[in-house]
Amino acid sequence: MTVVPITLDAKPETLLHQVRWLLEHCADHRSVTVISGEAERSYSVGEFFHHAARYAHALDAIGASPGELVVLILPQEENALFGFWGAMLLGAVPSMFAYLTDKLDPVRYYDSVRKLVQHANARFVITDTALFDPLSAALDGLAVVISADTLQPGGDPAEYLARPLPQTDSIAFLQHSSGSTGLQKGVMLSHRAVINQLASYGQAIELAPDDVIVSWLPLYHDMGLIAAFIQPIMQAIHLVLMSPTAWVRAPQILLQAITRHRGSLVWLPNFAYNFLATRIRDSALDGIDLSSLRAVINCSEPVYAESHRVFTARFAPFALRESALMTCYAMAENTFAVTSSQMNKIPRIDRVDRRRLAEERIAYQTDGDAFEVVSCGTPIIGCQVRIVDAERQTLPERSIGEIALQSDSMLSGYHNQVEITAAALVDGWYFTGDMGYLADGELYITGRKKDLIIVGGKNIYPQDIENLLNDIPGIHPGRIVAFGVDNTDLGTQDIGILAEVDDPADLEGEGRAVIVRTIRSRIAQSTDVSARYVDLVPLRWLIKTSSGKIARAANRDKYFEAQKSP
Amino acid sequence: MKDQIRTYISQQLSNDPKYIFTDDEPLISGGWVDSFDLTKLAVFIEETFGVHFADPELTVDNMDTLNQIVSNIEAKLAR
Repeated sequence: MTVVPITLDAKPETLLHQVRWLLEHCADHRSVTVISGEAERSYSVGEFFHHAARYAHALDAIGASPGELVVLILPQEENALFGFWGAMLLGAVPSMFAYLTDKLDPVRYYDSVRKLVQHANARFVITDTALFDPLSAALDGLAVVISADTLQPGGDPAEYLARPLPQTDSIAFLQHSSGSTGLQKGVMLSHRAVINQLASYGQAIELAPDDVIVSWLPLYHDMGLIAAFIQPIMQAIHLVLMSPTAWVRAPQILLQAITRHRGSLVWLPNFAYNFLATRIRDSALDGIDLSSLRAVINCSEPVYAESHRVFTARFAPFALRESALMTCYAMAENTFAVTSSQMNKIPRIDRVDRRRLAEERIAYQTDGDAFEVVSCGTPIIGCQVRIVDAERQTLPERSIGEIALQSDSMLSGYHNQVEITAAALVDGWYFTGDMGYLADGELYITGRKKDLIIVGGKNIYPQDIENLLNDIPGIHPGRIVAFGVDNTDLGTQDIGILAEVDDPADLEGEGRAVIVRTIRSRIAQSTDVSARYVDLVPLRWLIKTSSGKIARAANRDKYFEAQKSP
Repeated sequence: MKDQIRTYISQQLSNDPKYIFTDDEPLISGGWVDSFDLTKLAVFIEETFGVHFADPELTVDNMDTLNQIVSNIEAKLAR
């Protein structure tokens, strides 16, 4: 092959038509290598779908039918990959959920899975031996749970591909993105949308058959699911996959895998640039060679120029080319990418007047006190971007406003959420809630959805955290605020919490300790992220807006200002 | 040693010097130290006490309390 199979000129009808094509034309190609501890296991395209067929067989046997939702709750290894495609082979609609980690409180975790399964109306869940019993108990009467570890052999991909295949507008799979209601929203993506995205984004990054994608990204987020799973499988490109938990513990394993497999494409959230640059010992970099990297793509949280600088400074001696740095603005609602910077061109850095940006909401370039905004590039083919004001009227170049988009790879809607879908999609446009501006056709992001906190690429809605803490004894109900605090060391955000206490005695000593301890452990065990700043304040300390809501950013600023003065 | 680590965590990682950890209080599952911090803590321990933790050792099971951390360091020093 000289080009990848899915291009703007060659679009299959559905992902299953593409599976059929792959099995006919490149069954022997290397498809996936899974890294697990010291071990590596590789699968050809043919082997991959043969394993996937076992899951189709098992799901078929328990009565799953085309169009039905199948939830996968599995560690990031083969079972999750095969299970996802097994459900697809059957025409069912798979969705990846996050697996239980050793930090989460199991009771809260199973409860959240139950709520999700109930709301999504999912009748089939695939998990492993470890979670089989507790999930079966938690989902009793709601869903049939099967264990990936006890599947019997059986099923052949040809058998399923011979059945009537889905329509191009059928839902291919669901991506669960976090929502502000405490319940995750299932983004429904059609076969057509996913294929359009693969064709357009493949063109933007000049995807080639000899590319090798190396990834630790979780598969329950759009970046991991699309860029580093669906894309390589469908485009017959070698994927080298490891788990996020293994990577956080030993970030060098990503670089070692790139070196070993001559990796050419990597997607990372911004914090990972700082994490890789600052948390690996020199001795762990022996033999690292990054010369094969064609692109390192920064996506899914705000891009900082400084993060790119520390990353290139640390890894240039290991043959990383600065021109490999790329950016991308993406979201599950557009399948994945909305914009992409140009291949082999360092993303433009716009130096804008900080004061006028804040006061006039216009990005004037300056040589003085500047705020550096890194370009996210231009819209990919098939995607249009507008910047709009509060009345949704289009704004001129360099004016800050909400980013709206229209494309041929947009969501079909949110699963079982008619009202939320109607509010988000207006006249074919999706209003993202993110803020930014356009200049020379390139998109610059200046702020995310209102008050949204992005911790290491993970979206955290402050209202979810506040609701979680509201019933803690000693805290005045409703008088609690969660906000994001920029962490320049890691190039991401931290979570800060302030709560008013009823009894002034609780501001010090054991009273304070009990409340602070409860806040911290509850966040850690329910969300898998930790709060970096937690403090208690007296009654009526928190600032409210004129409408009576607690102002998050204003309270953050007041708190840190107060910390400065003695 | 224990107090040095205690001070480092409360000043550098959890940003709450007012709060005094007990020796067997869960630090990671308690939300004081997150998974990104573990590599940082390992570097602090290496620089301060000359003890190296291999990455696979940096788990909740191994490093969740001050007592666990200190006994792991002492075991390595005794070798």
